[in-house]
Amino acid sequence: MFKYILKRITLMFFVLFSIMTICFVLIKLLPMPTIEGYGQDMKLVLMRREALGYNKPILVQYGIFLKKSILQGNWGISETLYRGQEVWTVFISKMPATMMVNIYSLLFSVPIGILLGIYAALKKNKWQEYLISTLIMVFISVPSYVYGLLLQYLLAFRLKWFPFQMDSGTDYFSFSMFRSIVPAILALGFPTVAGLARNVRAELSEVLTSDFMLLARTKGLTRSQATVRHALRNSMVPIFPMIFGEFIGILSGSLVIEKIFGIPGIGQLFLNSITALDYNLFMLLTIFYTFIGLAASLVVDVSYGLIDPRIRMGER
Amino acid sequence: MEKKTDYTKIPKERFAFYQREENIHDKKLDTKPVGYFRDAMGRFARNKSSVAAAVIIGLLILYAVFIPYVGGNNYTNSPSDTMYLRFANLLPKSRLFAWAGWDGCKDETLSKNDYYARLAIGQETGMNPIVKVYREDYAAEDAQSNTTYYDVRIDSYLKNGMVYLSLTPEEYTAIQKWQNETGIQVIYPAVDTSGFRIASLKTDANIWYQCNQKGAPKLDRNDNLIPLYRTSGNDGNYDSLRIQGDDGSYKYAVIMGTSASPAYNVRVFSYTYFQFRYGIEPSFLFGTNAYGQDILTRLANAARFSMIFAICVSAVNLVIGAFYGAFEGYYGGKTDLVMERIADILSGVPFIVVVTLFKLHLAKQVGALPSLLFAFVLTGWIGMAGKTRMQFYRFKNQEYILAARTLGAGDFRLMFGHIFPNALGTLITGAVLYIPSVVYSESNLTYLGIVNLDSTTRTSIGSMLSAGQPVMSTYPHVVLFPSIFIALLLITFNLFGNGLRDAFNPSLRGTED
Repeated sequence: MFKYILKRITLMFFVLFSIMTICFVLIKLLPMPTIEGYGQDMKLVLMRREALGYNKPILVQYGIFLKKSILQGNWGISETLYRGQEVWTVFISKMPATMMVNIYSLLFSVPIGILLGIYAALKKNKWQEYLISTLIMVFISVPSYVYGLLLQYLLAFRLKWFPFQMDSGTDYFSFSMFRSIVPAILALGFPTVAGLARNVRAELSEVLTSDFMLLARTKGLTRSQATVRHALRNSMVPIFPMIFGEFIGILSGSLVIEKIFGIPGIGQLFLNSITALDYNLFMLLTIFYTFIGLAASLVVDVSYGLIDPRIRMGER
Repeated sequence: MEKKTDYTKIPKERFAFYQREENIHDKKLDTKPVGYFRDAMGRFARNKSSVAAAVIIGLLILYAVFIPYVGGNNYTNSPSDTMYLRFANLLPKSRLFAWAGWDGCKDETLSKNDYYARLAIGQETGMNPIVKVYREDYAAEDAQSNTTYYDVRIDSYLKNGMVYLSLTPEEYTAIQKWQNETGIQVIYPAVDTSGFRIASLKTDANIWYQCNQKGAPKLDRNDNLIPLYRTSGNDGNYDSLRIQGDDGSYKYAVIMGTSASPAYNVRVFSYTYFQFRYGIEPSFLFGTNAYGQDILTRLANAARFSMIFAICVSAVNLVIGAFYGAFEGYYGGKTDLVMERIADILSGVPFIVVVTLFKLHLAKQVGALPSLLFAFVLTGWIGMAGKTRMQFYRFKNQEYILAARTLGAGDFRLMFGHIFPNALGTLITGAVLYIPSVVYSESNLTYLGIVNLDSTTRTSIGSMLSAGQPVMSTYPHVVLFPSIFIALLLITFNLFGNGLRDAFNPSLRGTED
């Protein structure tokens, strides 16, 4: 097992390194942002760029980048968006908002998703199952901004239960803050609820019809006993890795939801860094998003192996 | 009772020939043979929800294809025409469903001056924008001033009333001619604004009555408005319909500009001016957006673009993925390992980063749309390639392939003549299921503004939504119809794709993913 995990991690870093190299080259090939707006400081900016090695060949720059950013953790200075501030500090300062919304939404969506899935599987071929399947279909298909907007319109504008946007700037753990992000939490949680419910339903209804369930019933267990002790545990094998994957995703913000509800998080930062052409910020966030994606899939694959040692994802 | 089970000693005479005259042939089947495709179609037709989804998709496609031709009253694509702005944010109106509140009206609270301004429009033109008065002349609860308010239901098509237009002599005579033919008044008498000191009152085309400098109307003894029409000056020999109460002395235009190129400054009623320009009464089924563009036509335009784009992307990815996966799966070994790593690396890059980099690098040279297409193609084929590869691994070691190889079939022929047809069903369903995801991410990107495809001739659902979001609380219809459309499109496409998958691959029935 240990060897397997080690192998997967090595592979992940190999992929990450390749992507990082490609992105670095592509970003460095872009024209630098114009500096006319700096007025008298133009010379200063030019000198700083020279000193930072922006005019050297790309390969040399990549060497500098690897040494400074990856090894020493110095990701450079924001050029346009947060002039003069350390990119890493800006990045870290945006983290709490994203993490808070994501954690709340997971806390709400994971239990509900699992419970709905179980309920639908137990009520197979009854109206409850059809209702839940239809809802799942709807929530999986409809884009998140559609129900983001819908929730904002209904809850915030029509019913006036919640404010339109997040109360940024107040204490992260105050009640007014929590109240202001409820629509965002709901909008962020719906796809997770639907995805989990769908998978749980599919797995559980398959397990419920298997032979060992019949055996469990024949040896005298009641239906609920058999379901809880045998069916649930078996059906959770592919579900838990999914949930672990979701937890990794806590760190990366949802671009759409953060835009709709004005959450000052990582997703907003990423969007802004694109529109403002802040390359250092963009580079850091690109690597971050790539890493999160790879790490999530790694965690999912490895946890399959941990939960069910017969499974080795990615081996053949 | 003992059962007779010993069949070993049956006497010889008990045997008889069944027949020995003819050779025994297989009986020919009476029914028609059912091929793979027909079988799948039959199975698909039995799946009610998928069939319903297919029908709805058909309707949506018809809408997207034909509405731009039928409903495109040259009113969709020219935001440079400032007249459009007069028809901005009109509410959805349907003659058929007016009873259900789909009548282009809206409940509003007006101050007294605004209320009289609206009433004046009705009095002058005979078309009253105030449909219903709920509550009259009440003071606000935290009344600071002595202003009073009115709760009314207002027709958004009429409430803009008059606008000032500057016309060329040709346009001026054309409108007069049209007025004479149809009997509909477009140009209303000019107003003598010399008494107003405040610029906003001078430029307000809706004030044709005497009022004080705050815009509060002066009423005569019978509580009627007192007209303030211009009776002196040149109006270029206006020779057409005159309003009621005009004894022939009212002037209908103010001539500006030089004598060589005169400009006629006239007050026109925006509602009838629309009739003059487009030949129909303004009525927008889905309303108009902030630029006065018809949402019905624009949405159809956006939908057509989204669908064509998604189908193109899906087809290109199908081809690339099929070839890539075929090579991977067929040759296997080291080739497979290297090609898989390449796919791994490509799929590891977050999609949004790919799109951004493509946009930053290519959008200037080849345009926004091709760069978006490239971005979708760069990583989109990986799923298809994986599916093809799996099918190739399944079939490449089977006996019939060995037989074909023994008979001398080349690699290419084995790959695409013998193995590939087995993968076709999975690939087609994969391609169909890929279409909604392309629509989804394309609208996501345009919504976020990472890619901007909005122009005079083209738009996308995402841009429509992001443009409507800031005014969502006052004009929800701008957001409502595009969201309903895209939700419906994606739901039905997913249902349709799932049905297709079940039909082509019955062993997967009921399992998701």
